[in-house]
Amino acid sequence: MSTTTSDMSMSVAKTIPSNASLKPPSANQAAPGDERVRRISPWRALLNRPELGSIAATILVFVFFGVFAGNSGMFNLDGIMNWSQVAAYLGIIAVGACLLMIAGEFDLSLGSMIGFAGMVLAVPSMYFGWPMWLSMLFAFVVCMALGWLNGYLVMRTKLPSFIVTLAFMFILRGLTIVLSTQFAGSTIISGVGDKIAQDPVTHALFQGNTFQWLFTWLAHVGVINQLPGGEPVVAGLPKVLLWWAAVACSAGFVLSKTRFGNWIFTVGGDANAAKNVGVPVRRVKISLFVLTAFCACLFAVLQVSDVGSAASDRGLQKEFEAIIAAVIGGALLTGGYGSVLGACFGALIFGIVQIGISYTNVNSDWYRVVLGAMLLLAVLFNHYIRSRATTGK
Amino acid sequence: MQLRKISLCLATLLAGMTLAPALLAADGPHANERYVMVSHGADSDSWWNVIKNSVKQASEDFGVPVDYRNPPNGDLADMARLLEQAAARNYDGVAYDIADYDVLSKPAARITAKGIPTVTFNSGTAEESKKLGAIMHIGQPEYAAGKAAGDRAKALGIKSFVCVNHYATNQASFQRCKGFADAIGVDYKSSMIDSGMDPTVVGAKVTAYLRNHPTTQAILALGPNAAEPTVQVLKQMHLNGKIYFGTFDLSPGIISGIKDGTINFAIDQQPYLQGYMAVASIVIAHEDKTTDKDKIIATLKANPKFQMRLKEYGLSPVYNADGVSSGPAFVTKDNVAAVEKYAGQYR
Repeated sequence: MSTTTSDMSMSVAKTIPSNASLKPPSANQAAPGDERVRRISPWRALLNRPELGSIAATILVFVFFGVFAGNSGMFNLDGIMNWSQVAAYLGIIAVGACLLMIAGEFDLSLGSMIGFAGMVLAVPSMYFGWPMWLSMLFAFVVCMALGWLNGYLVMRTKLPSFIVTLAFMFILRGLTIVLSTQFAGSTIISGVGDKIAQDPVTHALFQGNTFQWLFTWLAHVGVINQLPGGEPVVAGLPKVLLWWAAVACSAGFVLSKTRFGNWIFTVGGDANAAKNVGVPVRRVKISLFVLTAFCACLFAVLQVSDVGSAASDRGLQKEFEAIIAAVIGGALLTGGYGSVLGACFGALIFGIVQIGISYTNVNSDWYRVVLGAMLLLAVLFNHYIRSRATTGK
Repeated sequence: MQLRKISLCLATLLAGMTLAPALLAADGPHANERYVMVSHGADSDSWWNVIKNSVKQASEDFGVPVDYRNPPNGDLADMARLLEQAAARNYDGVAYDIADYDVLSKPAARITAKGIPTVTFNSGTAEESKKLGAIMHIGQPEYAAGKAAGDRAKALGIKSFVCVNHYATNQASFQRCKGFADAIGVDYKSSMIDSGMDPTVVGAKVTAYLRNHPTTQAILALGPNAAEPTVQVLKQMHLNGKIYFGTFDLSPGIISGIKDGTINFAIDQQPYLQGYMAVASIVIAHEDKTTDKDKIIATLKANPKFQMRLKEYGLSPVYNADGVSSGPAFVTKDNVAAVEKYAGQYR
């Protein structure tokens, strides 16, 4: 890609109003003589960040559960590990969905992709005798190829991504059931977790906990509680949390610090304008579909490693949860605006609320009512903070 | 500002909903104790309604708060999280069903590692339950249930049968057929049809089998999905009342089949007992500080409130050497009226 293209895309990013809050990397240290660039105080810059509202909403949710479930064990170390894992799983797919939404597209096949990826992982290793690392690689390749196909069809047919990926939502869920019943004769394939544990590569990457020595030591000196048997109450840091951090950091870096990140905003703001100034719209969008599929596969691999089996009903409705997390985090459904950090806080809110309700004494029949009400409250609060922040005083 | 009003309303609503149950439950001498039942049943699965009601009544009878938790979509990975959550919350006792041993063994180990008494119910076997460190398992042993049904048929001199299996993907279904076949002394594999769930297909397959094997003396259906279409087939072929017909589980269709004489008996696993006894057992285990299941069962048996419930709903637990099972219990023309009265609520 020539440098002219990159410069032009930068200028597009600057001229699109919805991007104003997300400064291109050069904005702060622009030449002093440039009359087009206004100096913004760091405080105002902070208020303009799209994730501010979701951070405030996260604090609100913490306060809520602090009051109503404070002494229930929710904020003990094992309680924290419990809901943070839920948030981490959701966070991984929320990051993918968020970038795709900023680029102006949806992927409704994400949840089905999770179930499908689990099966593609389980079947070759359990029934064809493939080594685990190979079937894991295979799962990632197949999923990313399907993500590419999703993106290609959307770009080629110019149909809304809603429709194309909706079709894949059904196709992949169906294939998941076909795969499981064909090979296992039931909708659940068990024993995959043990296979993963036997393979040093996959075990080291995806399964179990890390920093066990730290937790053992902390329990030894009495910082964290011990079980009656003498082990620490939490054996280590679940690897899914590290993966979440890794995915979020790299996506956040790409979005805010690189040329590709600017392209994502530009493409979502106005795809035609972006194309006219030379942004490879098709490539950007397709690669984001691939990224979303990657995130779904990562989710599946981590989950299968954790629970030990692949089942055809995994990932049900996760596509909506991922979109919800991105929206709570300040992403616009229309594209062109959003942030990775925001999506992560959105996932955190969703995870805490989802699990936190079980720590209060709410009757399980009311679960969904409470979940919906809390999410609405969090979004309203997010919206309120953001409108206060962006309109001034 | 409009938004602020809405938010305020929402916040009050939430606060109310979180506080109300806490206030309600705060009576009785054991109000500081708290127990939980974790199941795999999805919100939409009506079968679990009986269990929920039984949990509520056990909670009333023993004067302790009991939470009922389930994954809304029935996803077992979510159920594993709920079990971890139960460990983190330091409940005084946990009852759960073994929907899948692999998925649940790790989170279940966390609960037992904290020294919290656990009881398993419904799905799973007594051996799995023991391996998970639970005090006991309260369910219906599938083979024994099939055998008990077969013994009834044998007493009438029946020597051939067909097993209508609507969920052949599940290993437990074979146990049901095998038990029946062993009791009357035939090979179960040649007497079983894999019918699938679709009522039209079930009906067609049963019709075909009965045409090809006109000497078939008995039918065993493995649940409402298999039994209800079979009832219609028998009526169309004017065989109702002529073939000895037994089925597993209850449904409105099965109950009316029993009443009009098409179905001779239904094997009831008595879900009410699974829920009630599982909760009662963890409460007794915690309060009496015992993990001896014989002692727990004896204490429960002596409880007058429990006996009242059994009488009221016409339930009968099966006490055996392994402890106690919720089934099999047989529903026939003689006791169908009592069952019908409480069907879907307590039966």
